[in-house]
Amino acid sequence: MRYLSLHFVLIGLLLIVMLSGCAGQATPTGPTVIKVLAMQQAGPTPEEMNAIVAEFNQKNPNIKVEIEYVAYDALHDKIVTAMATTPPSYDVILVDDIWYAEFVKAGYLWDVTDKIDAQTKEKIFQAAWDITTVNGRIYGMPWLLDAKYFYYNKKILNEAGFDRPPATWEELVEQGRVIKEKGLVDYPIAWSWAQAEAAICDFVALLYGNGGRFVDEEGKPAFNDEKGVQVLEWMVKTIDEGISNPASVSYVEEDVRNVFSQGKAAFALNWIYMYNLAALEEEESQVVGQVEMSLVPVFEAVAKQGIKSATINGSMGFSVVGKSPNPEVAWEYVKYLTSEDVQKRYASHLLPVWSANYEGEALEALKALNPATPVTVPMFKEQFPYAHVRPKVPYYLEGSKALQLALQEALTKQKTAAQALNDAAAKWLELQGK
Amino acid sequence: MAQTSWSPHPRLTLLQQEIREGFFFLFPAVFLIFGITLFPIVFTFVISFTTTPLSNPAPQNFVGLSNYWSFLRNVQFWQAIARTAYFTVVSVGAELLLGLGIALLIHARPPGWAFLRTSLIIPWAVPTIVNGALWRWIYNADYGALNGLLYSLGILQKYRPWLTEPMTALNLVIVADIWHSVPFIALILQAALATLPVELDEAAAVDGANAWQRFWLIRLPLLRPAILVALVIRTVEAFRVFDIIYVITQGGPAFGTVTISYLTYLESFSYGRLGSGAALSFLITLFTFLMAIVYIRLLYRPEFRE
Repeated sequence: MRYLSLHFVLIGLLLIVMLSGCAGQATPTGPTVIKVLAMQQAGPTPEEMNAIVAEFNQKNPNIKVEIEYVAYDALHDKIVTAMATTPPSYDVILVDDIWYAEFVKAGYLWDVTDKIDAQTKEKIFQAAWDITTVNGRIYGMPWLLDAKYFYYNKKILNEAGFDRPPATWEELVEQGRVIKEKGLVDYPIAWSWAQAEAAICDFVALLYGNGGRFVDEEGKPAFNDEKGVQVLEWMVKTIDEGISNPASVSYVEEDVRNVFSQGKAAFALNWIYMYNLAALEEEESQVVGQVEMSLVPVFEAVAKQGIKSATINGSMGFSVVGKSPNPEVAWEYVKYLTSEDVQKRYASHLLPVWSANYEGEALEALKALNPATPVTVPMFKEQFPYAHVRPKVPYYLEGSKALQLALQEALTKQKTAAQALNDAAAKWLELQGK
Repeated sequence: MAQTSWSPHPRLTLLQQEIREGFFFLFPAVFLIFGITLFPIVFTFVISFTTTPLSNPAPQNFVGLSNYWSFLRNVQFWQAIARTAYFTVVSVGAELLLGLGIALLIHARPPGWAFLRTSLIIPWAVPTIVNGALWRWIYNADYGALNGLLYSLGILQKYRPWLTEPMTALNLVIVADIWHSVPFIALILQAALATLPVELDEAAAVDGANAWQRFWLIRLPLLRPAILVALVIRTVEAFRVFDIIYVITQGGPAFGTVTISYLTYLESFSYGRLGSGAALSFLITLFTFLMAIVYIRLLYRPEFRE
């Protein structure tokens, strides 16, 4: 019995220690802790993000920001699992354009419409506000503005006898044929058409470039109309003809970058990050000095209407978590992170959302930031107005998967373009009905 | 205090005491088992009858068997089952044949067998995610090692894409899985071979049995329990395959490599339907459970008992 009571005493002590440990956490004595979930991929490096956090913490001794990073592909799942607990594991999250509707419907995000004054609203690109706006309400600050850009290899083009990049997709095919005939590359253009969101991005750029649209005014799928079917048929045809790299069906953006950087493609569509890596970095690229950018082409019929370009908007915003115990404090950090001053000072790997930075002296300063910005900043100004967003609907992820399947079914010749797109459209309607 | 130990039934008290202490020491283990195994299973089972969304994972909105029912009528589900079954049969079958071959080779102790046995561990030691990334590179159409190899051997006149056709992609994922898992089977079988009595083999040789007869009639029957153990483990693993597919093909092209576990992942996390995701995982459990029963029956057949 003596031993037994000793055990009880020991375990009792252990419990007391454990409980007091928990209690110690529950009573905050120091600064308010704000936990942030960001991504380590495209945009600023973790070092830059950490530097911003350090600045903010120093300026606000009563707030302590702690930041974590995950890869883009893990971000959505990390957020949705983190949001299942109360209080949630994060106070501030990085949200992709296409997740806003889903997250708003699930009640994850804090409505900040009334916190944004008219001046701020005016000084940021409207296209940037579209990212964080759902049903007319604003749920975060735009932060990363990106679009797919058109890249071409000037050397290959010159060798083929062309002095300028194609302005239309028809022209691209013609130039591609010559490039192919001369044996300069096997496949003139590489795409990211794998079964992933990347394929939707390329498809949307082509779709709007053909005068089509993703959904109509009522939000019903429109990607399966005549224009959409033409685009998908064109995609299949360019593979059959060997203009598009047939491996595109298994490629995402990084594969496209690798193929292009090895000089195995004359053209590519990719986000802004590829410029620095392919055009300037010897270690990453065999085509340094040959890479140029121009507007993403459109189809001839659309070009005749005076529309010069069409591309996809792939942007992200920072939002405060609705269930956060300290939303006001968290909002302070979001405002700081996306402020004009911070965005200007940390613009090496992402371009500011503030339109004021693209005018006058600020523009010159922005262009002089690093070797890439003299090219990327003017290109952004020119290209971004043509960027189209994907539908903001809560079932986006599942709808997108259905469309990815449709694109792949047509590209692998399991279905005709029309049949595949109609099946995907039927799935969208079914999801809308739910 | 010393007096108390002279109670009328000292032995009984001691036993009781031991039992009580036993329970006491068992409690943490029992608590852990219930906490991290049984509770999640029961919880998943409960929500598989609901339409609980991931955004609010408290069990809600009971719908009976409708989650299960809608999958059983869903074409995508049966396609995924067929793909998973194909994956399991082909990969485990090939792994068994190759593993047995390698085990016999090592057992014969050719020159350098110790090196062979050690290097065999490498593919098995590579994490599945790394293995997936590795093969993704090998299969790359424009700069992959497979095209490079076949091209320099003159087998291919031109580089070709490997992962753009559903059936080819599935078979190539199987190859990557075989490369990863053969060592496991080879090592189990090699260990079993080492324990077999040499006398039987020698006696058969004296009686005039040739090498094939000795393998087929003596070694193989003796190896059956070890083969079954390897099969059970690998079949259940192969049926739940997820990570290697996630890395190499992301389920593409055209859903051609979406297995049942991948479908569960999509359902639960990408589409946020925890309820039907749970139903799917119980359907997988059901399938693996049935397979386990078949195997266990085979394993415990009387002739396997010594």
